[in-house]
Amino acid sequence: MKAANPLKAAMAAPSFTTWVSVVLMAVLFIAGASSYTGFGSTQVVLNLLIDNAFLLVIAVGMSFVILSGGIDLSVGSVLALTTMVAAWLLQVAHWPAELVIVVVLLGGAAFGALQGAVIHVFKLQAFIVTLAGMFLARGLCFLISVDSITIDAPLFVTLSQTQIPLFGGAFLSPGAVIALVVLGIGLYVAHCTAFGRTVYSLGGNETSALMMGLAVGRTKIAVYGLSGFCASLAGLLFAFYMLSGYGQHAQGVELDAIAAVVIGGTVLTGGYGYVAGALSGVLVLGLIQTLIAFDGTLSSWWTKIVIGALLFVFCAVQRLLSLKKAAA
Amino acid sequence: MTTATNPVLELSGIHKGFPGVKALSDVSLRLFPGEVHALMGQNGAGKSTLIKVLTGLYQPDAGTILLDGKPIQPKRTEDAQAHGIRTVYQEVNLCTNLSVAENICAGRFPRKWGRIDWAAVNAEAKRVLAQMDLDIDVTAPLSRYSLSVQQMVAIARALRISARVLILDEPTSSLDDAAVQRLFTVLRRLRDQGLAILFVTHFLDQTYALSDRITVMRNGETEGEYLAKDLSRLALVNKMVGAPPDQQPTRLDSRSAQTGAPVLKAQGLGRSGALQPLDLELRRGEVVGLAGLLGSGRTEAARLLFGADHADTGHVETEGRSGRWHSPREAIAAGIAFCSEDRKHEGAILDLSVRDNILLALQARTGLRLCMSFEQQQALADDYIKRLGIKTASADTPIGQLSGGNQQKALLARWLATEPAVLILDEPTRGIDVRAKEDLMDAVRALAHKEDGTGMSILFISSELPEVLHCSDRVLVLRDRRAAGEYRRGELDERSVLEVIAAEPAAAASA
Amino acid sequence: MTVPNLAMSTPSAPSAVSRAWKHPLARPVAALALLLAVAALFVPGFLHLEIKDGHLYGSLVDILHRAAPLMLAALGMTLVIATRGIDVSVGAVVAIAGTVACVLVGTHGVAVAFAAALGTALLCGLWNGLLVSALGLQPIIATLILMVAGRGLAQLFTDGQIITVYEPASFFWLGGGYLLGLPVSLFVVATVAGLTGLLMKRTALGLFVQTVGINPVAARLAGVRTAAIVFFVYVYCSLGAGLAGLMISSNIKSADANNAGLLLELDAILAVTLGGGQLSGGKFSLAGSLIGALIIQTLTSTIYAMGVPPQVTMVVKAVVVFAVCISQSSAWSTWRKA
Repeated sequence: MKAANPLKAAMAAPSFTTWVSVVLMAVLFIAGASSYTGFGSTQVVLNLLIDNAFLLVIAVGMSFVILSGGIDLSVGSVLALTTMVAAWLLQVAHWPAELVIVVVLLGGAAFGALQGAVIHVFKLQAFIVTLAGMFLARGLCFLISVDSITIDAPLFVTLSQTQIPLFGGAFLSPGAVIALVVLGIGLYVAHCTAFGRTVYSLGGNETSALMMGLAVGRTKIAVYGLSGFCASLAGLLFAFYMLSGYGQHAQGVELDAIAAVVIGGTVLTGGYGYVAGALSGVLVLGLIQTLIAFDGTLSSWWTKIVIGALLFVFCAVQRLLSLKKAAA
Repeated sequence: MTTATNPVLELSGIHKGFPGVKALSDVSLRLFPGEVHALMGQNGAGKSTLIKVLTGLYQPDAGTILLDGKPIQPKRTEDAQAHGIRTVYQEVNLCTNLSVAENICAGRFPRKWGRIDWAAVNAEAKRVLAQMDLDIDVTAPLSRYSLSVQQMVAIARALRISARVLILDEPTSSLDDAAVQRLFTVLRRLRDQGLAILFVTHFLDQTYALSDRITVMRNGETEGEYLAKDLSRLALVNKMVGAPPDQQPTRLDSRSAQTGAPVLKAQGLGRSGALQPLDLELRRGEVVGLAGLLGSGRTEAARLLFGADHADTGHVETEGRSGRWHSPREAIAAGIAFCSEDRKHEGAILDLSVRDNILLALQARTGLRLCMSFEQQQALADDYIKRLGIKTASADTPIGQLSGGNQQKALLARWLATEPAVLILDEPTRGIDVRAKEDLMDAVRALAHKEDGTGMSILFISSELPEVLHCSDRVLVLRDRRAAGEYRRGELDERSVLEVIAAEPAAAASA
Repeated sequence: MTVPNLAMSTPSAPSAVSRAWKHPLARPVAALALLLAVAALFVPGFLHLEIKDGHLYGSLVDILHRAAPLMLAALGMTLVIATRGIDVSVGAVVAIAGTVACVLVGTHGVAVAFAAALGTALLCGLWNGLLVSALGLQPIIATLILMVAGRGLAQLFTDGQIITVYEPASFFWLGGGYLLGLPVSLFVVATVAGLTGLLMKRTALGLFVQTVGINPVAARLAGVRTAAIVFFVYVYCSLGAGLAGLMISSNIKSADANNAGLLLELDAILAVTLGGGQLSGGKFSLAGSLIGALIIQTLTSTIYAMGVPPQVTMVVKAVVVFAVCISQSSAWSTWRKA
């Protein structure tokens, strides 16, 4: 097969949109660094990670779900539910912090796996099941408490205030470090384990995956369980950050996560993309927000508009590329 | 190839029934190592049911399966695979977003320290492909390769773990001639290595090019097992179709119909992978039959004439228009109607009433404005229900509740209601009882042969040769996706049509 | 011993009750009736109606009035779901339409404001329709884009503020006015529902929408303009959402880009499924969706009147969605037959 020209061959590669997002990230950063003083410092970049650590964790989980051809709209609500349950267990039931952490992580995974089971066993569409799950989790939040509960458990407070020093005065938060570790684990799972490869098969062609004898059912349930786990881990990171549990936390975070994953190059129809795209997508989102904040003249809701526009461009390009491929 | 060896796989006395239908009756099959064995039969002969029994998807009601002389009972696909029975289906069931190597090794990755060893995966894939004399970049995504290469990869996957039997279910339906040759080279090599290959197909040329042994199935029974060199093409076709019944008058009255001006002329109409360029002319008041075996391109030709598929070559001329159809709407506007053979997926709108189904095409052509008042709609629907003898509780019954034959009649009514100039009927008598078949065929002839010359032009497609001969004024014979001959009523009887279908292709065509 | 000849026994004719139960609207109506009964039991004076100042007052009227925007959104959503699609941007369109109206009414008057709001909603519908029918994006993805960006657009128009409208008084008539003793919103819904019903029954649109949803392949082969039909339903859905947004803004006399129509999309989808519509597309019932919307509003109002925290409704809605989806799934019906 001869490549007609290098650009065409590059566009046909599955990693095309991922590279586009990396380029976009670089362009945004250079634009910011050249337009505003103080933008080009290392700490600005590291702050992106610190402020968006929870989003990165959710985006890793969401990457797996989208790669498998599904979608999970409940992650923001599970995040909020985690903060609420953790706050309640810490402040009202006075459980030890370590136990609380284990319980909420298991709970998030179980919630996700339950959604996955409903999707697989009853062959329902993922978006409606997780949309209902989103409502369920948020509602449960408010059932526990309508107002926010402040967290003052020592472990949480310490983690909230700790700064992990890096080179030259720059620092990272424990949350950011955890997020990077999760990203690393996600990369490993996606490329080096049978589970990760089955996720890609599911997204490519579920019927074929079944005919090839792959463990379709178990993988589907596990992928939503993973997403739920990431959502509750993100909830813990959020709780470290905000030191409160509140039902109104993280409204719309699921859309941000989906946008980050798509802008990171993963195709919404499944099977194409890389978990590493979660990082570039989250950084692009963070850079847009930082740029707008630095600018000062643009209002913060421009972020939503720009994200929507980027989402459209990436989806449209992905669709046109797939049409071209089908015609060839 | 010696006949002294024992069969690797032997089925005998296999019975399989489903509610209301007996799919397999006392079926037997023998697969020998180092042989390509072709399984042939028409639609509904039971080939796919037999394959599903072999692969463990179905369990037989009775009968034995012997592997190397020992009985086996595969209950799931994994069992059959564990016994070394591998299957490659017509739709290449692989994930095109993954690399070639990954498709070959998925589910059984070589590992190093718990993680997938990609170097070993790629090496393994290269090794298996080399066995088939194929050398491609195994790290590239499967989507980059043509369908024929993808099929080779599917075979490689099937063979990677030691296989005794390789079953190929209609592997060549979507391949062009060059790809078929490449596949056959690989299969011959595998056969010479001692593999037993079961090759399900309906292409005569390919059967004779590749196979050593042929088993013919008809109506759920094994008609017989033959060595390819001992079975002539004509005999094979006879066995697939069934000996022509004696009592049926095969030579019909040769009164030539009063045919009028041409209403539809197709020139060089073709589509790669589906139909070689075809010339066809339909005249007013004439019934043209399209005869040929399954897979000869009859439905493909019909779909191209109707605009359901896009043609790659040629064009269609109707009164006042010449070009290619971009959609069925254009063909319908030009007065063409198409009654598809797959009524469940391409015809019936199952939840809607019989009346709505009948009026659909007429309404679609009219647009948003209701084509007629509600009372008129009821009258029209009732009229067709009576005329065609559609058995339904009422015109409001959802069409999904009707039997298959009655659904077919309702769909025919749908197209008759548009009063087309050209009516294409693809297998209109399938699933209809014998009496109704005759009524239908008489109705078809009546639609065309009107005394005042305003009759329809009808293209009649059917696998039942007696029907095609009974109805048609002219018959066009298709073989292996190209035209093989055209005959007038009176020139033709069933035997000669079979000879045309079975004839060796011209020397210029591929072997 | 004689063996009863079972083959000869004729099945008894179905009673009127079992025939009535088979009617597609039977279950939704029964559910609504049950809810109303429960409410009447637990909330004193729930069914009480009285005429004050020439207006009809009472919880029942209140429910109808509050459900009006949801009913408008549900009507459009019914058609979209019938074609096997989904529209999750209706909440954003509600916010956009209300915002446009509130921003323009001060400087350009009520008529222009309303026209511009509906025009913007129309543009949103055209956008969604193009993405789904022309570009071929999956409906959930196509409408997700507007869901993400829509509220940002609305906030752009209002500059982030909540815009309160004080005059002219005619602005409030749509959402808060009365006609013949009943809220205007009821008449609006009745008119739109009636027009939609006429459009579906008196033209071939109803037939085409159902055909496209049940079997798009067969629809194309029968000559139906499937792309145009799909395009139309998204435009219609956004228009309905736009009108709902106008109604809401008119009622609360302000535009809140952040919260107006929040989570309306789930309510609309729930209303359609409660009314008997299948998410897999096909036959639809406008009346069923209206009843579904009323069920949701009755639930909300009852819970509120009983003093239970309103967040409970979220949990109840989620459970109902699960129950309805599972009961509609083919796996469930196969299990039941076994």
